Amino acid sequence: MKSRFGRRATAPLALLAVSALALTACSGGGDSGSGKLNGVTLNVAADWSGAEQKNFEQVLDKFSKDTGAKVNYTSYGSDVATTLGTKIQGGDPPDVAVIPQPGLLQDLAAKGNLIPLSDAVSETVHKNYSQDWIDLGSADGKEYGVWFKGANKSTVWYNTKVYDDAGATVPKTWDDFLKQLALISDSGTPGLSVGADVGWPLTDWFENVYLRTAGPDKYDQLSKHEIPWTDPSVIEALTVLSGLWSDSSLLQPGGAQRTFGDSVTAVFGDPPEAGTVYEGDFVAGNITSDTKAKVGEDAKFYDFPSINGSKNAVVGGGNVAVQLKDNKGAAALMEYLATPEAASIWVKLGGFTSPNKNVDTADYPDDTSRQIAEALVGAESFRFDMSDLAPSAFGGTKGSGEWQILIDFYSNPSDVQGTAQKLEDAAAAAWAK
Amino acid sequence: MTDQVTTTVPATGRSARSPRSRGGRKTVTAFLFLLPALILLGALIGYPVLYTAWRSLYDATGDGFLGLGNYVKMFTDPATFQSIRNNVVWVIVAPVTCTILGLIFAVLMNRIKWATAFKLIIFMPMAISMVAAGVIFRTAFQENPNLGAANAVIVGVHDLFDGGSEYPGARPRENAGIELKDDAIVGSGAVKPGGSQDFPLVGVKADSIPSTAETAKAAADAGGGEVTGTVWLDFVRGGGGEPGQLGDGKKGLPDVTVNAIDSSGAVVSTAKTAADGTYVLSDLKSGSYTIGLPSSNFTESFTGISWLGPGLVTGVIILAYIWIWAGFAMVMISSGLSALDPSLQEAARLDGANEWQVFRRITAPLLAPVLVVVFITLIINVLKIFDLVYVIPPGSSLPSASVIAVQMWTVSFGGGNDQGLGSALAILLLILVLPFMIINVRRFRRERDR
Repeated sequence: MKSRFGRRATAPLALLAVSALALTACSGGGDSGSGKLNGVTLNVAADWSGAEQKNFEQVLDKFSKDTGAKVNYTSYGSDVATTLGTKIQGGDPPDVAVIPQPGLLQDLAAKGNLIPLSDAVSETVHKNYSQDWIDLGSADGKEYGVWFKGANKSTVWYNTKVYDDAGATVPKTWDDFLKQLALISDSGTPGLSVGADVGWPLTDWFENVYLRTAGPDKYDQLSKHEIPWTDPSVIEALTVLSGLWSDSSLLQPGGAQRTFGDSVTAVFGDPPEAGTVYEGDFVAGNITSDTKAKVGEDAKFYDFPSINGSKNAVVGGGNVAVQLKDNKGAAALMEYLATPEAASIWVKLGGFTSPNKNVDTADYPDDTSRQIAEALVGAESFRFDMSDLAPSAFGGTKGSGEWQILIDFYSNPSDVQGTAQKLEDAAAAAWAK
Repeated sequence: MTDQVTTTVPATGRSARSPRSRGGRKTVTAFLFLLPALILLGALIGYPVLYTAWRSLYDATGDGFLGLGNYVKMFTDPATFQSIRNNVVWVIVAPVTCTILGLIFAVLMNRIKWATAFKLIIFMPMAISMVAAGVIFRTAFQENPNLGAANAVIVGVHDLFDGGSEYPGARPRENAGIELKDDAIVGSGAVKPGGSQDFPLVGVKADSIPSTAETAKAAADAGGGEVTGTVWLDFVRGGGGEPGQLGDGKKGLPDVTVNAIDSSGAVVSTAKTAADGTYVLSDLKSGSYTIGLPSSNFTESFTGISWLGPGLVTGVIILAYIWIWAGFAMVMISSGLSALDPSLQEAARLDGANEWQVFRRITAPLLAPVLVVVFITLIINVLKIFDLVYVIPPGSSLPSASVIAVQMWTVSFGGGNDQGLGSALAILLLILVLPFMIINVRRFRRERDR
């Protein structure tokens, strides 16, 4: 699933920032007191590699400098769950791991592999994070996780030139969203491009609509399959989507065979073939690597519109740090990762969104990433991507489950009831395993 | 594959006498020598097959015993059953086509100069990996004619004969007294001679209207027997303007055909709009008419065939397969051809047989063993086809293209996490391949004994 985040063009930025950081790092005196962990060696693992690994290592370097501890970073690649599981079985887990799925945190906690946050760490977490993030890092009433990195999947990206030509404005509500798309279509460019070649963009569409029409509580229940997919709230969300997807005058034709990448280039290519594309903050990376459009000038985004007066809500993802060994050094590192100081090191390097609400948003290197972060920490409710929480047979399999059913729904949006029934059948089968 | 090549060439030397007859000690020695190979075969083939068969009787977790439940599910689950059906289509179409094409190429190549060059070209796709070939075909058959070569050709040829309309995609402005009816844009109300009917349209790019277009203006009042009006692009760049109203520099749409239709549906008068979008329909008798813009003004340009849609996708994948494997068939068959004794054909020709008769009565029967080997190899190959089917179809047509091997991978590792059902599919595949394996082994024995 990591592959969907695409490549991020952060390397040049990172290089620039390295030198800047080298100057500032010396002056920043940590509150953990220098040298108190002298001689301690900590092992840290995460799925970051390449430029992201370099950036994260800078975060760790600061910790070493402040405490005297030596920190070794290992990249576990894209399949963290398997690698970490093997390490735990072999009796050699890292002291701290940063993992991309809350489901994995739940599994490890249930097996007793994780150390709950100490009171001191918990206090730091409560000071810096909203309750939604704390809940996401908890299992069975105990707190285990520090959410170091966040991702915002409630961003709608648009071509500013197409919007200007059509006289369209940034919509705040769903009705206005449809109206602006119609306005763009009137100008001769289809309003919206959807890449429905694979299912995951469609599951993200559904999750954003559902979080707004049904509210966070129902969202939690549906995530755990405590309510069936034939629930009236699902029908309502599908009906809202059906209203958009069945209006062929708003959509770029041929969506069922368009890859997600092509839907981005359709909007930001030259000439633009559509005005708007929805997906998470990683679209900025696709735009930079695949088109000549400049993020922040030619390509901007707005928050996924509110439906029926819903409060601003964000669907997203993130990486959570968990402690696997009970020692002073690991606890100190967990506490450090929960501080805004740790996050802002990577924030300044770019390509990073922190869910830490006390990170100064002025630290973000550009307006777009600042806006993404402000939406993420400012959200009234934050929910993790539902399909990532579901068993992969339902929420992550090419050609079956939620992915395929929503692809079929995109091609035939009038069949709301039948789609809900198919989703329920697939969910029942996947959860029964 | 190489072992099959050697079997097709008629054996020239005598096969060695079997050592079986020479006492028990020899048997023990032979067994000892065979032991390492047997252990390897057991570990790498025997054990996995048995384990898969055992695993196929259990559910996804591996704890619950299902008996033959997975085998029943295989034929009742629509997705899995569809993949079994697709495999049947594959087995019927692909090996026969490959073998016939290979035969044609091989026989024809025997008679032309530069045969080696042509053979090389036809055999070349064999050198490309299946995944790469899949990517090539997926790109070539994309729906968008700007990306897919196949549709680019078809659209190009189509446009030579039918250039498409002037204003593709134009739609009526809503709530402006006009509507879409049977693909044509018509006035909502009837108009009598002396009246007027305006057509504010949207959905056309401002850049794409002809440069001769002038700012739209209201049509002159209609005289007796006339209906007038204006057809314009009801859109102002950057927004603004009153929807459905002229002004704000809105452009007229020239060269739009306008029809007056009487109550029986017949077109009684036709006009074309001027540069400012105005038109005059004349020679109308008294009565009431529907004024309409026929669909020929707006039909979307032809965008080609949806090759990778659910209907055609299996055909495209089979085509990709043939593209790769026809070369293999050709090379096998030509090696068989060159091993034939040419004097037989010469003799038939001397006896007055024409080329077709020589081919039917002499060449084809002599080639039959080679053809059977090629055919059976291809059947086995087609039964376990995976890569092309995994790479070519877009998500929306994946279920309609799936085959057993792809389904097996998807349900067990691709996210389905049901290795019970996956094992059952693997066993099905094994059972399907077995008869052809047996035929091949029998043939191999017969060749050796000859």
